[in-house]
Amino acid sequence: MKIKVDPDKCQGHNRCKAIAPPLFDLDEYGNASEANGGAVPPEWEEKARLAVANCPEFAIEIIEE
Amino acid sequence: MTDVPPVKDWTSDWDHLDARWREDPYPIWDELREKCPIAHTDRYLGAYLPTRYEDVRAIAQDTEHFSSRRVIVRNVRPEPVIPTPPITSDPPHHKPMKRLLLPPFTVAEMEKLEPKARAICNELIDAFIADGSCDAAQQYTRHIPVKVIAHMLGVPDSDSDLFIRCIHEVLELGITDDEMLNKGLTDMTMYFMEKVAERKANPQDDLISRLMVAEVDGQKMDDDHLLGMLRLVLIAGIDTTWSGIGSSLWHLAKTPADRDRLVAEPELIANAVEEFLRAYSPVTMAREVVKETEVGGCPIKTGNMILLSFPAANRDPDMFPDPDKVIIDRQENRHAAFGLGIHRCVGSNLARLEMNVAVEEWLKRIPKFELSGKVQWSEGTVRGPRALPITFG
Repeated sequence: MKIKVDPDKCQGHNRCKAIAPPLFDLDEYGNASEANGGAVPPEWEEKARLAVANCPEFAIEIIEE
Repeated sequence: MTDVPPVKDWTSDWDHLDARWREDPYPIWDELREKCPIAHTDRYLGAYLPTRYEDVRAIAQDTEHFSSRRVIVRNVRPEPVIPTPPITSDPPHHKPMKRLLLPPFTVAEMEKLEPKARAICNELIDAFIADGSCDAAQQYTRHIPVKVIAHMLGVPDSDSDLFIRCIHEVLELGITDDEMLNKGLTDMTMYFMEKVAERKANPQDDLISRLMVAEVDGQKMDDDHLLGMLRLVLIAGIDTTWSGIGSSLWHLAKTPADRDRLVAEPELIANAVEEFLRAYSPVTMAREVVKETEVGGCPIKTGNMILLSFPAANRDPDMFPDPDKVIIDRQENRHAAFGLGIHRCVGSNLARLEMNVAVEEWLKRIPKFELSGKVQWSEGTVRGPRALPITFG
């Protein structure tokens, strides 16, 4: 599984970072981007789905491989 | 409380200052969502009220038709508008102003504040715990955000009462009373002018000093923008979180099963706080229609305001299954309590820190408690308990 944050949609709510800290990086304005090129270790897949489902801006996408 | 003529028909004459709205707005919004998802009123010089999540979201994201230059639905619309950037800014001015204010409010910055926030909560509890009862809204929740903000700004705790009075004048009395609005804003401006002048001579390690030298694209703010931004920090950061913490404790006081579960499983508190934010969202914003358009199939005409009810959106059954049930372990919760789109609340990380810490410290010290009298709710832009009588022990 991989994830992708749309930088035009993200408004820095930081819900993803709270739910799945290792999967996201934050910049100095609090906007998120996918960490490690979007790679999701298998043990974080459920949290990745929750991060997607809790993003108020619908900014995160899962890319199944 | 403000006296308004009672509402006879919520679809065509709604009024957010009506006593029924203040006591229990949720059935009103449910009825409107079914019958008339974008209601209109001729009060307040004309205003719409969307109650569906998707309509609230569409409006929040549409800065072309909906301006933020006025963010409170009021009886009069004075010109010129006194700006409190970036909340009252539209593109293209919004982004640089917001980028000046965001860095001091990141998660990492908030983590540094956590010990101070915990100490504030415990000092407040120390003062009433032996009594076996308290008004949690006046003795606890009210003081947490204002003390944390005073600490961030680098001003004395003792200025808290001044802040709370100014905000009451702006957000509640100011809806119908122009003089009060201007008084509240002027008092805040004078206050910050003095603090800025002190720091020009003698810079400090605090938020005021930090914003004085903050730059975007090599530019600092002029004094008008700086003072506006400092007013915003106060107006937006105090009643809102006071309300959020108060509604959380109100829920736990009347729901022993949830209270006991959070005492037993404190690791669930952060998730529960998100659910309290959804179900009891404190903040309703507004927009001004600046270009004719359509939302959810309804024509939207210029000259009207929009009461942008994030609290109503957060009770929409099309978005949240069982929206009127407070489910503290709800897993999927895309709530809009901090707004949507470019105006997402700058202080959302601060509000979350304060709500989590306030609930955690309360439950550690006061695990058993219940309501012991009538709750009194604020009115207008921010909804939360202003009297919350509780007994314990």
